[in-house]
Amino acid sequence: MYPLIDTALIRLLLWAFLLLALLGLGVTAMRYWRRKLADQHSLVDRINALLPQTQCGACGFEGCLPYARAIANGQAINQCPPGGDGTIIRLGNLLNELPRTLNPAHGVVVEPRVAFIREDECIGCTKCIRACPVDAILGGPKLMHTVIARECTGCDLCVEPCPVDCIEMRPLGPDHSPRWVLPNSGSGTRTSLEVTR
Amino acid sequence: MSKLAHPGRGRRVHGIAGGITPAANKAASLRSRIMPCPLAPLYTLPLTQYKSVPLTPAVQAGDYVQKYQRLTTSANPDAAHVHAPTSGRIAAIRNCLIADRVETLAPCIELVPDGADTALGCSPVPDFRKLPTSELFQRIIDAGICGMGGAGFPVAQKLRLAQSADCQLLIINAVECEPFISADHALLRERAADVLLGAEIVQTVCRAARCVIALKRDMHAAISATRSALAHSTVEMLLVDSKYPAGAERQLIEAVTGMQLPAGSLPLEAGILMLNAGTTYACGQAVVTGSPCISRITTLTGSALTTPKNFEALIGTPVTFLLELCGVKQHDHTATVLGGSLLGVELASLAVPSTQTTNCLIAATSADLPQSEPELACIRCGYCADVCPVRLLPQQLHAFARNHAHAQLQDYGLTECIECGACDYVCPSHIPLVQYFRAGKQELRDATRHFEQAESWRTRFQQHQYRLKREKESARERRRPESQPTSAPVSRHSPAFSREQAQNEIAAAVARSKARQQARTNRLLASVPKSSGDPEDSGGVA
Repeated sequence: MYPLIDTALIRLLLWAFLLLALLGLGVTAMRYWRRKLADQHSLVDRINALLPQTQCGACGFEGCLPYARAIANGQAINQCPPGGDGTIIRLGNLLNELPRTLNPAHGVVVEPRVAFIREDECIGCTKCIRACPVDAILGGPKLMHTVIARECTGCDLCVEPCPVDCIEMRPLGPDHSPRWVLPNSGSGTRTSLEVTR
Repeated sequence: MSKLAHPGRGRRVHGIAGGITPAANKAASLRSRIMPCPLAPLYTLPLTQYKSVPLTPAVQAGDYVQKYQRLTTSANPDAAHVHAPTSGRIAAIRNCLIADRVETLAPCIELVPDGADTALGCSPVPDFRKLPTSELFQRIIDAGICGMGGAGFPVAQKLRLAQSADCQLLIINAVECEPFISADHALLRERAADVLLGAEIVQTVCRAARCVIALKRDMHAAISATRSALAHSTVEMLLVDSKYPAGAERQLIEAVTGMQLPAGSLPLEAGILMLNAGTTYACGQAVVTGSPCISRITTLTGSALTTPKNFEALIGTPVTFLLELCGVKQHDHTATVLGGSLLGVELASLAVPSTQTTNCLIAATSADLPQSEPELACIRCGYCADVCPVRLLPQQLHAFARNHAHAQLQDYGLTECIECGACDYVCPSHIPLVQYFRAGKQELRDATRHFEQAESWRTRFQQHQYRLKREKESARERRRPESQPTSAPVSRHSPAFSREQAQNEIAAAVARSKARQQARTNRLLASVPKSSGDPEDSGGVA
C-alpha cells in the first residue's frame, strides 16, 4: 500500500520552489538596484533639462548642471530666478514636490535680457570675457569687446567685473510677428489674431 | 510611381475622410461673366511675393513704366517678379499696408496709371510644342507667377523642384471647395481650353507622365465646358465629392490617387505636383501670349454687394475700388472677408491691394457674418472627429491645447492639422477649435525654439568648463620647475608596468637586502675575537 502523500516528492517540490523563489528574488533585486542607479543618473539629466540653462549662478551653484545635481540630492527647487514659476512647477511635477514660490534670497524674476557693451567706453580689459559662462563675449586685450547677442543668456555675470561700467542689460526686443492666442472662454470672438506691439 | 502614371482599368475616385457640406453660396457671383476691370486710380504692388524671396525694386519714384514692364530684380533666378499692370508713373516706393494673413506693413511700389495703357511688345507663340522645354520654362519664370490657390509659392521654384524630383502625376486643382469662392469655376466655364493648354504646357515642363484636372461634382457649367475642351487634350478629368475640404492639397491627392502622404512629407517626394487652375491658366498665357502675370480672377460676393461678379482684377488694385465696382450697400456692409467664408480673414482695413492670392472678397452684412455665440464646454460628442479630414481627434487636441500639454499635442498630431475649420463648423458648443490649434502650434514652435536655445547654452557652458579645466592643467604644467625631472612614479596603472619587470625588480631588491644582511653578518663575525673558541658562545651570537 503506497502512502497517499509521497513525502519525498513533496520535499523535492518544496525545495525546488524555494530555490526558484530565491532565484526570482535575486533577479528582481538586481534589476531594481540597476534601475535605481540608472534613475539616479538620468534624474540629474531630467532636472537639468528643466532648468533654463542661463548658467547665471543665482541659485548659489556654479551653473545649471551643478544645481541639478544638488536638487537630485535634496536641494530646494525654488532657487532659480530666470526659470521663474514655470520651472518650479515643472520641477515639482518631476520630483513629486509641492511647488513653492521663488526664494527671494536668490533674486527676482526678470524678463529675458541680453548684455550690451557700450563699445566706445570699453577699454579691453577682458574681465567680462572671463566672467561669461557661455563664452558669448568676443574681444582681446586692449581691444574692444562685444557680445554675441544670440548666444547671450542674460545672466548678468559680466556686468559686475567691468571696471568702467560699460555693460548694460537690455531687455529683448518685443516680438512684432502676429501671434495666435488661446481664446478666452465665453468671449464670443471667433478669430482673434492678436498683434502684440 | 508607375501606379501613379498608369492607374489601369477600373479607375475610381477615392473619397476623403470626414469633411462637411456647407451651403456653397456661389450662384450669385456666377450669374455674370468674368468682367474686365477698369483702371484704378492707384496700383500698390507688394515687393514681398513670398516670405523667403525678397525683391529689390529696379525702378525709382518718378520713372515712367509701360504695361508688362518688369519692376524688380532679385538674386534668385526663380523669384516671382513684379510687373507693371498698366502704363504710368511710379509715385513712390514705400511701406504700405498689405493683407498677408493679417494686415502688415511691407515695401510696395505705388503706380499711378496714365490711362493710355501702352504695353511692351510680347512675342506670342502659336504652337508651344515647337518650342524646347527650356524655352517654355523660361517663359513661365519670366511671367512672375505665384501659386494662386492660397500660399502664393513661386511657381518657377515649384516647377524647378518637380523637374529634379521625377514627377509622375500633375494634378490641376479646380475643386474650389470653400463657400463663396467661384473664381476657378468661372475661369473653367469660360476659358476651359486655355486652362487645359496651360496644363499641357506645365506637364511638358515638369515631364509628368499623366495629368489630371480635378473638379467638384456640383460645378456643372465648368464640368460641361471642360468636357467639351477635353476632346483636344491628353488631360483627364476627375470629379470629386462636393465636400469641404476636398480641395486641400493632401485631401485631393488622397481623392485622386487613394494614397495618403506620410506626415511631414511633400507631395513631390511621392512624385505628385499640384497646381491651382488659375495658376495653370497664367502659365499657359505666359507661354502662348508671352505676357507676364498681371491679373487674376477675383470673386466679389456677399450680400452687401448689389451685383456680385468675378473680375479679372489687375494685381495691386485697391480692395475698395474692386468693391465699389459691384455697388456696395453702404448701410448693410459690416465686414469684409478676404478669402472664403471658412478660411478667410476679416480685413480690419480696406486700404490694402489685391494680390495674386486674392481669390475672393466677401462684403458681408450682419446676417452673413453673425456674431459668434459664446463658447461652451466640450460635451465630447465626437462630431469634430467625424468631420476631420486628417483623421485627428480635435476634442482631445482641444483639451491638450487648453492645458498646454505639449508632449500630447505632438503625439496626437497637431502639426498635421490643416486648420480647415470643419471641426469649428460642426461644434455644437461653438468652440473656436482652430484658434486653439493655431495657438497650440505656436506654443509648440516656441517650445522647440526655447529647447534649442537652452541646448546651445548648455553645450557652450560645458565647453567653457572643459576649456577652463584644460587651461588650469596647462598652467600647472608650465609652473613646474625645469630642473626637476618629470619622473612620475611608475604606478600599477601606467602603461610602462609589466609583470616580468616587476618580478625582476622585486628579485633585485631581495638580492640587495640579502647582500646587505650578509655584509652585516660578516662585519659582526669580523668584530668577534677569534680567541674564544667556545662553540656555545658562538651559537648564542648566531
